[in-house]
Amino acid sequence: MIQMVKDLVSTRDLSGEDIDLILTTASSFKDVLKRDIKKVPALRGKTVVNLFFEPSTRTKTSFELAEKRLSSDVLNFSTLTSSVVKGESLFDTVKTIESYGVDFIVIRHSLSGAPHFIAKNTSASVINAGDGINEHPTQALLDAFTIKEKKNSFQNLTVAIVGDILHSRVAKSNIYCLQRLGAKVRLVGPPTLLPVTVPEGMDVFYNIDEGVKDVDVIMMLRIQMERQGKGFFPSANEYFKYWGLDANRLKHAKQDAIVMHPGPMNRGIEISSDVADSPQAVILEQVTNGLAVRMAVLYLLSGNRK
Amino acid sequence: MKILIRNGHIIDPLQKIDGVGEIVIVDGKIEKVIMLSAEAPPSKRVEERGEGSGIQTIDAAGCYVLPGLIDMHAHLREPGFEHKETIRSGTLAALRGGFTSVSAMPNTSPVNDNHSVTGYILRRAAEEGFSSVHPIGAITKGQHGRELAEMGMMHEAGCVAFSDDGRPVMNSLMMRRALEYSKVFNVPIISHCEDTDLSGEGVMNEGAVSGMLGLKGVPREAEEIMVARDIILAKLAGGRLHIAHVSTEGSVRLIRNAKESGMHISAETCPHYFSITENSVKGYNTNAKVNPPLRTERDIDAIKAGLRDGTIDVIATDHAPHHRDEKLQEFDRAPSGISGFETAVSLSLKLVQEGILTMSQLVEKMALNPATILGLASNDSKGSLKVGSTADVVIVDTARDFKVQPDGFLSKGKNTPFEGWVLKGMPLITICRGRIFDCLKGVYPGLE
Repeated sequence: MIQMVKDLVSTRDLSGEDIDLILTTASSFKDVLKRDIKKVPALRGKTVVNLFFEPSTRTKTSFELAEKRLSSDVLNFSTLTSSVVKGESLFDTVKTIESYGVDFIVIRHSLSGAPHFIAKNTSASVINAGDGINEHPTQALLDAFTIKEKKNSFQNLTVAIVGDILHSRVAKSNIYCLQRLGAKVRLVGPPTLLPVTVPEGMDVFYNIDEGVKDVDVIMMLRIQMERQGKGFFPSANEYFKYWGLDANRLKHAKQDAIVMHPGPMNRGIEISSDVADSPQAVILEQVTNGLAVRMAVLYLLSGNRK
Repeated sequence: MKILIRNGHIIDPLQKIDGVGEIVIVDGKIEKVIMLSAEAPPSKRVEERGEGSGIQTIDAAGCYVLPGLIDMHAHLREPGFEHKETIRSGTLAALRGGFTSVSAMPNTSPVNDNHSVTGYILRRAAEEGFSSVHPIGAITKGQHGRELAEMGMMHEAGCVAFSDDGRPVMNSLMMRRALEYSKVFNVPIISHCEDTDLSGEGVMNEGAVSGMLGLKGVPREAEEIMVARDIILAKLAGGRLHIAHVSTEGSVRLIRNAKESGMHISAETCPHYFSITENSVKGYNTNAKVNPPLRTERDIDAIKAGLRDGTIDVIATDHAPHHRDEKLQEFDRAPSGISGFETAVSLSLKLVQEGILTMSQLVEKMALNPATILGLASNDSKGSLKVGSTADVVIVDTARDFKVQPDGFLSKGKNTPFEGWVLKGMPLITICRGRIFDCLKGVYPGLE
């Protein structure tokens, strides 16, 4: 239960009620963000450290703004400016940061399990802002928030996740979260980019036209260009030809289907511009909602620290 | 100096001894082994024949008395990684675990790929070692897999086998040459079977758990492909192939088939491969990170079946101590390995308790077979209690509870996934070259 825990490292730890509570709370914060004065004093006197070991623009910006909207004191710590380049261990880095008396550590790390590792070794609340190929819980929560806004309910909803599912922490967190909420999830992509063991209750499609047929939500994933030349797919061109979402393919989905993307997008590789810019795309709304959802997570975890 | 071990249940598979008796040790050698049958009159007892005076007597009533155990796969880390383990700390931990002889893998720094490093290890073992040390030399120079190391000279200096453990010989031609050349010296080639292209950046078994944890997986096939390759190469080249740390069902099947076809190969597994599964990794537990990785229940069952039917000849520890700081890291960054000396016997006794092995078969897997494979049985009469052989004996209490407490390990490596386990049975006393070591107190008289 979110009411009990110290950290948010995995969406797997969240019950359906937990997610509902986060989404409801986020809804209130979204109203706050529409006001003239967008700041609330909920985290005044609290300190948050954004500990980013991997380059990130949108997640980091989103967290930082959420933290500031809640009136907390914000410290940014990234690999380029930290002593990590001097060979300090993650354990020592965390212990050092903890000594400042921080309440929250928001961590992004290239290795799976790093947030779990520090959560075990600090009294601060740890929020996973993306770890390796493992999870990105707040992305899944903001996606759920966006879907709920558009579709009201998750029952009888089919979501197709398309692309590099194997290496996607966004996909993984979304699978747990959407299944918990009762949605039906499909995975679409080349076998080289699908999980070796497909979680229960999921259909797998190699063919995107079949995969998006009659779905309510299409969730596109970013294709990392460094996967090229490693045998996952032959070229960006071929990838787009078989798994890129364009206007023609979108027609296979339900008429009112929405298209999501966690960003940053590779236009012309996983998604065509006519889809990305179409009225069915909710990509920018996802960004706005991210702010409200991250405020909700910080606020609820802060309640547990009292 | 005389030692008398009384009332214990002596097991020596080589001499087909399995019953209550007495062992007399004089000046570090086995002097007598006397079996007491139910009908034998008490007068046969050593003491009552006037031989009891001046003898240090150990009452082993209710315990097993076995040949000193032999671990053919261990990492003593010296030279080069003394912060993880030294020959001194490692061989002391070995004695605590009931091992009177250990084989040290060559991945030290410098690598044991030439006779001067072999000589150094043996010198250090003579100066500071507690159990006997039998070095294993590298197959290729620097374990780089490109050029054969000087096997002959290393063998002459004391290497009992060759292995590029931890770094498989990926090049099939090089492996063929190694198997061929080793025939000159009649020494085993110990193969760490892993197709490193296929295992890639994997850090645990590939499957549902790796998917759940977001950790990159190593498929079983990465091991099995190389087991198959090496069996095929051994058929071509001859030599004495020994497959290290078998961890999968498929490997067991391949080795079984090869043996059934009449091939003379041997194989080992380690206690962790029949005791725990990939589930131990959950929570990103770096103490459960080991190479090959922990697998599944199905593999455990196959390994147990392989131990039972003789497909797997040996239980070795793959004792791989690491410093605490090295394991206190992100899972991907932590080194692989389990500190195994001090838990091996207790974990292996479960096989006897489960009826998979008899006590005598367990002694074969942990003493006689490794001695035979490494050539220590013929040269030094290791692995048995033959009269005249070096007095390497271990007394095991199979009823005593043993709680795994890594902080109390004599090994510098406290890295064990078995912390807090309560196991039944443990070594009580290890006699190595006639000297008595108290496993409970963890002391070697004279060093207290």
